[in-house]
Amino acid sequence: MLKNLSVEQLKTDVLIIGGGTAGCYCAYTLGLSGSHKVLIAEKANIKRSGCLAAGVNAINAYITEGKVPQDYVNYCKKDAKGIVREDLLLSISENLNDVTHTLEKEGLVILKDENGKYVTRGDRNIKINGENIKPILAKMASESDNVTVINHVNITDLLVEKNRIYGAVGFDVNEAKAYVIFAKAVLMATGGAAGLYRPNNPGFSRHKMWYPPFNTGAGYAMGINAGAEMTTFEMRFIALRCKDTIAPTGTIAQGVRAKQMNGLGEIYETKYGVATCERVYGTTLENKEGRGPCYLKTDVISKAQEEDLYKAYLNMAPSQTLKWLEGGQGPSEQNVEIEGTEPYIVGGHTASGYWVDNNRATTVRGLYAAGDVAGGAPQKYVTGALAEGKLAAAGIEEYLKEDFELVSSNVWEKILANYDEYLNNPIGNITISQVEEAMQKVMDEYAGGITKSYQFNETGLKLAKEKLEGLQQVLNTLKANDTDELLQIYEIKERLTVSLSLIEHLKARKETRWHSFGENMSYPNVDDNYNVYINSVKTGDGIKIIKRPLVVDDYKNIIFTFNGDGNIQYAGGEIDER
Amino acid sequence: MSVRINTNSCVGCKKCIEVCPGNLIKLKDGKAFIKREKDCWGCTSCLKECQAGAIAFFLGADIGGKGSTLSTRAQGDLRYWIVTDPNGIQKTITINTKESNKY
Repeated sequence: MLKNLSVEQLKTDVLIIGGGTAGCYCAYTLGLSGSHKVLIAEKANIKRSGCLAAGVNAINAYITEGKVPQDYVNYCKKDAKGIVREDLLLSISENLNDVTHTLEKEGLVILKDENGKYVTRGDRNIKINGENIKPILAKMASESDNVTVINHVNITDLLVEKNRIYGAVGFDVNEAKAYVIFAKAVLMATGGAAGLYRPNNPGFSRHKMWYPPFNTGAGYAMGINAGAEMTTFEMRFIALRCKDTIAPTGTIAQGVRAKQMNGLGEIYETKYGVATCERVYGTTLENKEGRGPCYLKTDVISKAQEEDLYKAYLNMAPSQTLKWLEGGQGPSEQNVEIEGTEPYIVGGHTASGYWVDNNRATTVRGLYAAGDVAGGAPQKYVTGALAEGKLAAAGIEEYLKEDFELVSSNVWEKILANYDEYLNNPIGNITISQVEEAMQKVMDEYAGGITKSYQFNETGLKLAKEKLEGLQQVLNTLKANDTDELLQIYEIKERLTVSLSLIEHLKARKETRWHSFGENMSYPNVDDNYNVYINSVKTGDGIKIIKRPLVVDDYKNIIFTFNGDGNIQYAGGEIDER
Repeated sequence: MSVRINTNSCVGCKKCIEVCPGNLIKLKDGKAFIKREKDCWGCTSCLKECQAGAIAFFLGADIGGKGSTLSTRAQGDLRYWIVTDPNGIQKTITINTKESNKY
């Protein structure tokens, strides 16, 4: 019997977990067709939740005039050194412009020239005012009668029986109330994972980071625990950002063409290569070898350009403008110092995430994934996540045509009992924030964080695993006074689960294909035997690694099939190592 | 990096509590307060929601903060961003929300 939480049961056709970029667009698409009941469960409030809370600087994935979708695929493939799913990237690329035009129609301001054509920034970007992009999306998502939004509900566990999804369980973060939601299909759209590693500013401004600190890998963790297959976690993402505020550098680098310069005044922009990981690596190495600090050389820009930069940053990262004004020197007078962030797991920028098929189905039947939580397709940015929301909506509509009986069990009672345990634990010496600090320290020091210049080796990874497993035990003793604290405990629990999978991935790719993103000092060179995907599935005996052949060049779209007992039959082939 | 909520100006409308993407703002005695100020991402969503102008944003000293605050208000298509230094000297930047970023 629960002592602490009341329980509400809900029923829907489609449950969308996470009302961010991908989740909102999926709800919008399902809303247009109107044939199913849709419920968005959002941890905060869809108006400003997820990556787009403060706004966004540009549309970074768009097929500009004279380019075709395959060009975008080729760019992503090259940037990720071949470890991408071409089938996923192409389907995204084919939808980038459509979703952009829809957003414009709904109110997004996009810069146009005198002929009414979009003004581009480089080959793949267009200029916008992205400050209100999330309120626009939130409105689109909730407009249809068949879509309901429940804000401030944190989902923690999936309900899966015989590898088929039938719902999810969560709790209200403000009230003593649990939710058991039964659904025929579920879209996972919770975003990626921040806060695994010790951040750039570990003190007062610990959450002044690149990725939303509230995206704690819940979707990955729920999938891992439900036996869903994950891919390419070992391709971590590290952003190159303005020092301290961790604000974007692209606006300065691409907007006013500022070059990367070291502490000696030397331009090192192209010395290490121009792939995303190499730009981070270059800056890391310059610092490591004593030639830091590193900058974007902005002291040549005009006062007018400076004023425009102030405005551009207010529309996406206001802290940077405040920093310039408060410090008394703007970018025209002082070069902008840059640094690499702590590593994140985020499928919108690298290929980490759920192993999905071309319909965005996961290896759990009825569970779909889109946006940062879905793997295989890096460089999605905002429009790629929207495109995946749209593609997942189509996949879900197709799935719901299938005739199947919704299974049911009382597993959810066990999940609610877990909540109750935390709420009833006695107060101990170890606090929630101590466990978070310990986890981030372990990951930083043994799994390639900032202080280790993103480098790791096999011995360190083994140690990291042991220490994190120890922390999992400690976590079970934590006390939550209310559901707000329960949320904080789950946010650490999720990150521990993701970190343990990440460590297995880092171990399994015995090469260094991407500097900084995956700098394995036990295997410092590229090895062509690793022209494969490293995938993982959590089983009763631990995390099992599966290697799958690349879907590139002469490829066929992957569409998963399941056998009679519901288990996965085909998920893209397997490389036999015997 | 965090926000400061002026209890005297707060009207207790709960809009900031509703919108914060980190669920960090709560209500105490009819007024909003930030429960975990270190957990603020700095998105400024709460500032934009607050019609009473009770919320201001600041940088922690660890990332270069010197005591200035940033506040904002909107009027029609215009959004005003106001930086106030510790001596009360203000600088306002006006953005037309119908205009795109130049970069």
